[in-house]
Amino acid sequence: MNWSIATVVDVLAETDRTVSIVLEVPGWPGHRAGQHVDVRLTAEDGYQAQRSYSIASAPDDDTLVLTVERLDDGEVSSYLAGELRAADELELRGPIGGYFVWDGSLGGPLMLIGGGSGIVPLRAMLRHRIAQSSTVPVRLLYSARTRADLIYHDELVAAAREPGIDVRYTLTRDQPEGWDGYDRRVDLELIRDAVWPPADRPLVYVCGPTAFVEVAADALVSLGHEPGRIRTERFGPTGR
Amino acid sequence: MLDGNAIAGTLSAVFGADMTLAVSTCGGCGARGPLAETAVYLHAPGLVVRCRTCDSVLVVVVERDGRYCVDVRGVAGLGEPPRPAAGRRP
Repeated sequence: MNWSIATVVDVLAETDRTVSIVLEVPGWPGHRAGQHVDVRLTAEDGYQAQRSYSIASAPDDDTLVLTVERLDDGEVSSYLAGELRAADELELRGPIGGYFVWDGSLGGPLMLIGGGSGIVPLRAMLRHRIAQSSTVPVRLLYSARTRADLIYHDELVAAAREPGIDVRYTLTRDQPEGWDGYDRRVDLELIRDAVWPPADRPLVYVCGPTAFVEVAADALVSLGHEPGRIRTERFGPTGR
Repeated sequence: MLDGNAIAGTLSAVFGADMTLAVSTCGGCGARGPLAETAVYLHAPGLVVRCRTCDSVLVVVVERDGRYCVDVRGVAGLGEPPRPAAGRRP
């Protein structure tokens, strides 16, 4: 798999710490919902840094979009989500990954569990489900610190009005007045409450920081969900 | 610690195919599972892939000057990556 040069078409602010980067990639072969790309930056002295970022756009979308969260000491993310501008060029390779992907042939019910910027590949799956007019029931459980940290909030609110789509939130640090979602970190009881019972055999995708994924996946298994129907992807300051 | 998804691009460059669905068998404890579910450490010297069950080192990948050195001595068996059509349901 070779590196290619992408051109930045636009950089859109999503939250205080996240941007969506709209890219034009000549010869892009298309991707599957949930895949990612590797991005490589090269300094003038030849030093290179490489990170993986999930693709936020659906295969059905016209452009390729990455959503990147700026980490406090992220040498790549602070550039991508701070300094990058339209018409800049980026070196990338992809699409990558065949495990954490969903399409209609896999069926459902489709349970998506995202923590923080772990929402990004799940958003691609949700958009794909909608673009394909699929009738697979989808439920999204999305954990963020505060409401202002919810990425794609307006889009998710609109998606939840579609038949068969249920979006639930938990805000772990601060909740606005009148908040009717969950108000704590994901734990066994929250998973039991928010996820279809094991008898419904949901296909579950969990994406987020490592600790978040471990808690959610362990809870799912201990509640009796089949390990073979749980797919996980871990984000981290050292990776994605 | 991340997981095998995080090094899918590097594995793809090394093996010439997506390896996240390829099933590896741990040489330490015999646990089997897709490479996507292994434990991955990016900031060791090189990339280190460990067994999620017994923590044995499965694979080490070091890149230098555009070349990859891959140590797979910890892997007792590595399945062929399924073709895309078959790989959708492991």
